[in-house]
Amino acid sequence: MPTTTSSTLPTVETAPADILLAPRRFPLALVVRTLVAWLVTLLLFFPLGFLIATAFKTELQAIAVPTEWLFSPTLENFHEVQARSDYLLYATNSLITSVVSTVLGLMIAAPAAYSMAFFRSKRTRDILMWMLSTKMMPAVGALVPIYVLAQQSALLDTRTGLIIVFTLSNLPIMVWMLYSAFKDIPPEILEAARMDGATLWQEAYKVLLPLGMGGLASTGLLCLVLSWNEAFWSLNLSSAKAGTLATLIASYASPEGLFWAKLSAASLMAIAPIVVFGWFSQKQLVQGLTFGAVK
Amino acid sequence: MAYLQLKQFRKQFGAVETIKGVDLSIEPGEFVVFVGPSGCGKSTLLRLIAGLETVTSGQLMLDGRDITHAPSSKRDLAMVFQSYALYPHMSVYENMSFALKLAKVSESEIREKVERAAKILNLTAYLQRTPKELSGGQRQRVAIGRAIVRSPKVFLFDEPLSNLDAALRGQTRVEIAKLHRELGATTIYVTHDQVEAMTLADRVVVLRDGKIEQVGTPLELYDKPANQFVAQFIGTPQMNVVAAAQMPQAAAAYGLPVAADGFIGLRPENLAVLPAGQGQLSGQVELVEALGAETLIYVSTDSGAQLVARQNSRSALSAGDRVGLQLQPETVHLFDAGGRVTRTGVAVAATH
Repeated sequence: MPTTTSSTLPTVETAPADILLAPRRFPLALVVRTLVAWLVTLLLFFPLGFLIATAFKTELQAIAVPTEWLFSPTLENFHEVQARSDYLLYATNSLITSVVSTVLGLMIAAPAAYSMAFFRSKRTRDILMWMLSTKMMPAVGALVPIYVLAQQSALLDTRTGLIIVFTLSNLPIMVWMLYSAFKDIPPEILEAARMDGATLWQEAYKVLLPLGMGGLASTGLLCLVLSWNEAFWSLNLSSAKAGTLATLIASYASPEGLFWAKLSAASLMAIAPIVVFGWFSQKQLVQGLTFGAVK
Repeated sequence: MAYLQLKQFRKQFGAVETIKGVDLSIEPGEFVVFVGPSGCGKSTLLRLIAGLETVTSGQLMLDGRDITHAPSSKRDLAMVFQSYALYPHMSVYENMSFALKLAKVSESEIREKVERAAKILNLTAYLQRTPKELSGGQRQRVAIGRAIVRSPKVFLFDEPLSNLDAALRGQTRVEIAKLHRELGATTIYVTHDQVEAMTLADRVVVLRDGKIEQVGTPLELYDKPANQFVAQFIGTPQMNVVAAAQMPQAAAAYGLPVAADGFIGLRPENLAVLPAGQGQLSGQVELVEALGAETLIYVSTDSGAQLVARQNSRSALSAGDRVGLQLQPETVHLFDAGGRVTRTGVAVAATH
C-alpha cells in the first residue's frame, strides 16, 4: 500500500515571495466594504453603548440635552436598583427558568429530531411545517387561554409555569435546529454503530451525541438566550415571586415616570450575564464538528 | 442445513415491491456476490439481511437461529459500508475496538485483536489517527478492520470499493480476496461491477428488479447463462445478442434451431474477423478499439446486425473497411423471444 502522507511536503517557499514581489494597493472595494462594515457595527452597537454610558450617569446627566459624552461615572444607580428591588431574586428566576426550560427542551427535541432525521416518513415534512406554523401566530393570540390555564392550575407567578411556557414556545425552533444538525450526520455512521452491537441508548450516547454536539450546543445556547430575553410571557404570567429580569426592567419603565439612568442600570444588569455568557460560548455557537468519516 | 438461509424474502416500500420473493442458501465460508444493475435491489437485500431495513415477509435463518426480527445489534453480522461510515470522533484504534467494547471484551483481549487486525491490514502506524487524517484507501481498510476484529458470523460488504480510484480498487480487490482466503469467513458482497463479482465470488447471485435471475459460480454464469439478461450482464464487452431475423444466413447455414422471433447470442471472442468475402457474414468496420493486448472490432453487418469481435492480436483494420465474419456454431447461445435460453453454447477457447 502506498503511504502518501509522508511524501507530500507542502511547497510554502514560493508563496510568500510572490506577495512580497507584488506589493498590492488596497483595492477600493475592500476599503468601501470595511467602512460599511464598521458603520453597520457602530450603528448596531450604538444603542447598547448608549445604554452602558447612561447606566453610569446620574439621572440629571442622563436626561441632559445635548448628551454629555464626558462625565465622571457613578455606581449610584446600581446601588439603588439593588436596594429597591431584589436583583438577585430576579436573576435567580431568570437563571432557573432559562436553564431548566433549555434542558427540558433539549430532552424533548433531541429524540424528536433524531426520529425525524433518521427515520423519515411521508409525514415528516408536514409535521415539521406544522410545528413551525405554531410560531407564526402572535403570542398574544394565545394569551387568554394560557393565562386561564395557568390560573386554574395554580401556576401563575411560579417558575414552573414559566418553565413550561418557555419550553413549549422554544420547542419548534429546537426541533428544527436539531433536525438540520442531525441531518448532516451520515446515517450510515449510526447504522454502523447498530451493526457493531450498540443498543439505541449506546448509539445515542456514544455516537449521536458526540457527533451532534455542535448542533446541540448551539441549539441549547440559542434557547438559553431566547428564554433569558423572553419578556411577553414573563410579564403576563409572573410578577413579584417568579418574575424574571425582563419584569425587573419593565418595573422601572412605567409607574414612576422614566428614570433613564436607573432603567439603564437595571437593563445592563439584566443583559450582562447573557452577553458575557454569549461572548464566551461564541466558539461553541459557530463551531461544529469536522467530519472525516465519509469520503 | 445452510448456514445463512433466506426464505421468500420480500420487501415493500409503500406500494412498490423492491424485493420480490428471494430464496437463497449460503454455506459456511462461502464468498457470495450480489450483482446487478443499479436499482435491482441488491443493496436493499443486503440491508434486509443486516436488519437495517425490516422485511415485509419471509424468514432469515443464521446458523440454525431465526433472526428475521432480531435487531441489527443482535445478529452478529458485520458490515462494511460504501461510505466507510467510520466514527469521525474516534481514533482508528477506538473505531476498531468499538464493537468489542460494547460486547464487554476485556481490555487486553481487545488490544490483542485490534493489533492483529491492524497488522493484517497494514494499519499499525495509524492506530492513533482519526479518520480524517487518513487517505481513502486507509479508511477503507479501517472499515474492514472494524469488521474483522469482531469475528462475526457473516461479513457484509456494500459496494466497498466504489469510492476508490481505479488503481486502488484493483489493489484492494486483490487484498479482499486474500483476506477471505486467510480468514475463511462467510461473506456477502454487493457490487454493480461484474469484474469484482467474477474475480471475488465463489458464487454470484445476479439480481434484476428484486428477483434472482441466476445463481452460480462465475464461470457457470459466463458459460451457461440462464437468460439473455445474465448473458449480457456478465462479460466485457458484453455478449452480442442479435435478432434471428437479422442473421438469416447464419442460422440457416448451421441449421441452428432458433425460433424466427428468437435471438442469437455470440461472445465477442468467438467471432473471427476475416478478409472481405470469407466467412458466413460480411459487413463494414465501424470502430476499432486497440487495447494493446486485445483489439475490439465493431462491425455492422450487411443484414443490419451490430456485432463486436475480440481478438488477441493487433489489427490493421480501420473504420470503413469491408470484412467477413466467421462464427463458431457450437459456441452460439440461442434465446427465445422472452429472453430465456433455449440452447447454451459450448465454451471454446478463442482459437485466433
